[in-house]
Amino acid sequence: MKLPKFVVEKRSHLPVWLRVLLPVFAILLSFIFTSIIILFAKKNPISAFYNIFYGALGTRLGLMETIVKTTPLILTGVAVSLAFTGKFWNIGAEGQLYAGAFAATWVGIMKLPLPSPLYILLEIAVGFIAGALWGVIPGILKAKYKVDDVVTTLLMNSIMIYLVTAVLEGTWRDPVTSWPQSIMIATNAEFPKLIARSRVHFGIVVALVAIALVYILLKYTKLGFEIRATGSKSEAAHFLGINTTKTIILTALISGGLAALAGVGEVAGLHYHLTENISPGYGYTGIIIAMLAGLNPIAVVLASFFFGIIITGAQYMSRITGITSFIADVVQGVILLTMLGMLLLQEYRIRRAK
Amino acid sequence: MKEFLTAGFLIGLLSATLRMATPLIIATLGETFSERSGVLNLGIEGTMLLGSLVAFLVAYRTNNLWLGVFSAGFSGILLSLLMAFFTVTLGVSQHVSGLGITIFASGLSLFIYRQVIGSPSIPPTVTTFKTVAVPLLSKIPIIGPILFDQYALTYIAILLVPICGYILFKTNFGLSLRAVGENPESADALGINVYKTRYVSLMIAGFLMGIAGSFFTLAYFNMFLYGIVGGRGWVCIALVIFANWIPSKVLLGALLFGGVDALQLRLQAIGFNIPYQFFLMMPYVLTIIVLVIVARRASYPSALLKPYRRE
Amino acid sequence: MEAVVSMRGIKKVFPGVIANDNVNFDAYRGEIVALLGENGAGKTTLMKMLYGMYSKTEGDIFVRGKKVEISSPKDAIDLGIGMIHQHFTLVNPFTVIENIILGMKENGIILKLDDAKRKVQDYMKRYQLYVDPDSKIFQLSVGEKQRVEILKVLFRNADVLILDEATAVLTPQEAENLFKTLKILKDEGKSIIFISHKLYEVFEISDRIVVLRNGKVIGETSPTETNIKELAKMMVGKEVIDIVSEKSKKVGNLIIKVEDLFATSKRGHMAINGISFEVKSGEILGVAGVSGNGQKELEDVISGIKKPHSGAIYFNGQNITGSSPKNIIDFGIGRIPEDRMESGIIGEIPIYENIVVECYDSKPFCNAFFLNYREICKYAESLTSEFDIRTPSVNFPLRTLSGGNIQKAILARVLSREPRFIIASQPTRGLDVGATQYIHSKLIEARERGCGILLISEDLDEILNLSDRIMVLYNGKVMGFADKSELSREEIGLMMTGTKKEALNEVA
Repeated sequence: MKLPKFVVEKRSHLPVWLRVLLPVFAILLSFIFTSIIILFAKKNPISAFYNIFYGALGTRLGLMETIVKTTPLILTGVAVSLAFTGKFWNIGAEGQLYAGAFAATWVGIMKLPLPSPLYILLEIAVGFIAGALWGVIPGILKAKYKVDDVVTTLLMNSIMIYLVTAVLEGTWRDPVTSWPQSIMIATNAEFPKLIARSRVHFGIVVALVAIALVYILLKYTKLGFEIRATGSKSEAAHFLGINTTKTIILTALISGGLAALAGVGEVAGLHYHLTENISPGYGYTGIIIAMLAGLNPIAVVLASFFFGIIITGAQYMSRITGITSFIADVVQGVILLTMLGMLLLQEYRIRRAK
Repeated sequence: MKEFLTAGFLIGLLSATLRMATPLIIATLGETFSERSGVLNLGIEGTMLLGSLVAFLVAYRTNNLWLGVFSAGFSGILLSLLMAFFTVTLGVSQHVSGLGITIFASGLSLFIYRQVIGSPSIPPTVTTFKTVAVPLLSKIPIIGPILFDQYALTYIAILLVPICGYILFKTNFGLSLRAVGENPESADALGINVYKTRYVSLMIAGFLMGIAGSFFTLAYFNMFLYGIVGGRGWVCIALVIFANWIPSKVLLGALLFGGVDALQLRLQAIGFNIPYQFFLMMPYVLTIIVLVIVARRASYPSALLKPYRRE
Repeated sequence: MEAVVSMRGIKKVFPGVIANDNVNFDAYRGEIVALLGENGAGKTTLMKMLYGMYSKTEGDIFVRGKKVEISSPKDAIDLGIGMIHQHFTLVNPFTVIENIILGMKENGIILKLDDAKRKVQDYMKRYQLYVDPDSKIFQLSVGEKQRVEILKVLFRNADVLILDEATAVLTPQEAENLFKTLKILKDEGKSIIFISHKLYEVFEISDRIVVLRNGKVIGETSPTETNIKELAKMMVGKEVIDIVSEKSKKVGNLIIKVEDLFATSKRGHMAINGISFEVKSGEILGVAGVSGNGQKELEDVISGIKKPHSGAIYFNGQNITGSSPKNIIDFGIGRIPEDRMESGIIGEIPIYENIVVECYDSKPFCNAFFLNYREICKYAESLTSEFDIRTPSVNFPLRTLSGGNIQKAILARVLSREPRFIIASQPTRGLDVGATQYIHSKLIEARERGCGILLISEDLDEILNLSDRIMVLYNGKVMGFADKSELSREEIGLMMTGTKKEALNEVA
């Protein structure tokens, strides 16, 4: 019996239902692969996943914590989405987040006599600028010297984290506890809590506003058009008069600033001081979010919430099942890979050859 | 200041330089194969970490260090097959595939370690490799302790340099591999199997990267820690470019970066005023500077980053 | 006599197009058989199936009487079939020897370059194909590179050689050398399959001619049985009526003046070696020459992509040397780029965005930061109907358009801004007759409105038909200017290969 031959051919356009289905399918596939790994650890995957979702959504406390975790993810997710749209491969969201956290702490521990709203605005502004500056360095290197942005943004992460660690172990070391963490920021610098008896803070508002702004930027503005055109085909964009150098630099600036806001929120809204572990890799998760969301700002909210569930739920689940919460990291990695595979289906279709 | 100028300090420093360069040499040689065939493998950091974990667990369970080393190499091959599946068979973005492999392998390493070992108050250790002094040669003043009293893996790393150079430039396989990395269409038109060649080069790369990882837990250190690879995988990515994809230059670059690493440790021990993190930063800053200088004249394998599909 | 290669009932389908339909084709020992047809007729596709680079949808292939399945170039090479491609398949940083022996299992594990060199030199002598074996490919001229390609094939003991548009990048002199080589090979008993769309060549060199049109075999003939005009008719299917413009009656002021221009190529060598010319309003200046003689660099400099090494460009008296693409656009210069897909369009974004991409930052398409999409779509829709661009909607990504419609969209973008000067590079390459005629008529229309046009084209007929004046480039220098109908086709051909206009009488 002759097997039917399959033909792989390029798609002419992507139907909307497929665009939504592919990430879902990627997630399901990743759950299957992760379950296999859990089985190898002689544990029950169904119980694992059930507890992840229950832990994140089933209780009020869990839901609130999920929102707390989602907050920085939305910001890194949209930062990376914007960057990728302009084909600026910003793998440095983690370092930019640290830059924002660093700047916000610096402002916060100055204990300035400002009314709270103004202080908060100052933290956000300074944090954004810090991240923008940190992100624009690789941007300039790419735009002007054609240096690979993936590697440079990656290296900048390590540099910033070492910088922060050095300061925390040095001049900012808490004199009372002697631990490598900063003193608390001024109370008037703290983000207000939004929901009583929870840790949900103003940062989620900042995140959602950022989403709206990026959406409008990309869809309706001149700069947004230039970013999309440069990202799509920079050679043609350059030929057709778009200043691609300027566009790449602006993309890097804005992306870096957005990622930094995630760090601002973690310091000013959640921990109130800076520690070495202010981010367990939110910058990298942002990359996965961006891919899952297809670089669409609205979808970023959904994807971020999904990962918020996984991260929060994994903590709960690990207490119940004895499976280490590091399974969340495994899930993240697998989703990235399965989504990558799904992207192929986005470009090509497989059908039977006649 | 005087501490620096003693012979003891310098010999110790140079000896440590060679030591710390070992994983860099091995992993970078692996990445060189990968990139010469046209695939940028950002999975190197994760592969090294998983390699270090596998080496540790196998050595811990079996008390056989060399088995640990080879298991690490084998884990590297498995990861590289995954990488090859995505970048060669599916032809998707090499950047993202590599990152995905690193994120996945890193997560898997942590997961396996915690799941298998748990969180004991005293983390388990292994008895590491001992350095092997070459008879006679290691007695030569100054040079002896630096070059001839090192771990076996270090000697292997140094030997790998000319071996890899020979394979790349003097064998038929190397010629085909380089052709695939420069112009896969031409290679294909001559009957060279581009896919198979890339799979093989990635497997070689994965094997070497895994072995490099084993160095961390079986020689340099005696246990597994989350940050044990500490970003050196990314340094290797830059090292390949720094070395212009030539094995002999990989050795030079690795010694330079290894030297900075070794220096930083010693300065910490002395109680130098500048925070040690600034020295840890140095390889990364140096790398970025190198990338800028080299970007102008880099002779990239022309097909790097482009997936190959035949109609 | 039995055919060495026999293809029967060959069909090849790509998404949306039937590239070959029930094609029968034979090649015999000791002959040169030409595969003649327009761009897109299916010649290369057919041969790529013989060489294993494409899979066939239907049909059978017989080699020396036995049915075979050729699923990769390796299979073809093992059967003694070799292909010399239109775009060279050489590895640039490798030497000639390395390229020739690449991939051969006879190499063993360790390379023996000296042995290989000796063998290659034997072949060079046997077939009179000389190249320095140790030089690297990027150092070679186009003709030399082709010789390496042929040596590659012969080194693998090919009996059947497929040449795909082999003279496309050669000067007439190099082409003559190639024909000499082909005759030597034919006399040795090899089968040569010569793909070409150039009637004159095919007529000169082939023993048999097979004509393809739209993927089907139209007929088989030989130079003794037919003439050029009939061949052309078979190729195109009808009496070819080229649009031939009359000499412009309204030549006006000086619009573009280029003075002593020098510019380097991507490789670093000086590709434009001091050229000067003028274009006036209402005239078309055609730039004739074999591709690779500075045309690309000229296009890049005038388009704003490349800064010249030295020299000056004036537009309406203003010095615009070294301007950026944006400035060039704002000056009112229209550009139709040679590389449509890479420079001319952004395929993934909608048609309407492509239409306004050069002018989106002026009213009425934008105000302050925001784009006025309603105006943009309206504009795009009106242009789409005016230029007869076939698309279900202006919202679709531009890459969904066919080749001819893509070029019409580019034309619409350029002409709608009523430029004073247009530089058009290979504007009808790869387009069918209908689209070509449309583009030509639009260019003439623009000229009638007072536009000055610099027309760069490898298609000498296009240049001869449309230009009011012709400038011939060779090695980045101007060999001479000629008015329409001043010189014969042969004379221009001589100029294209290095004869200066003043020296024409001596050569003829």
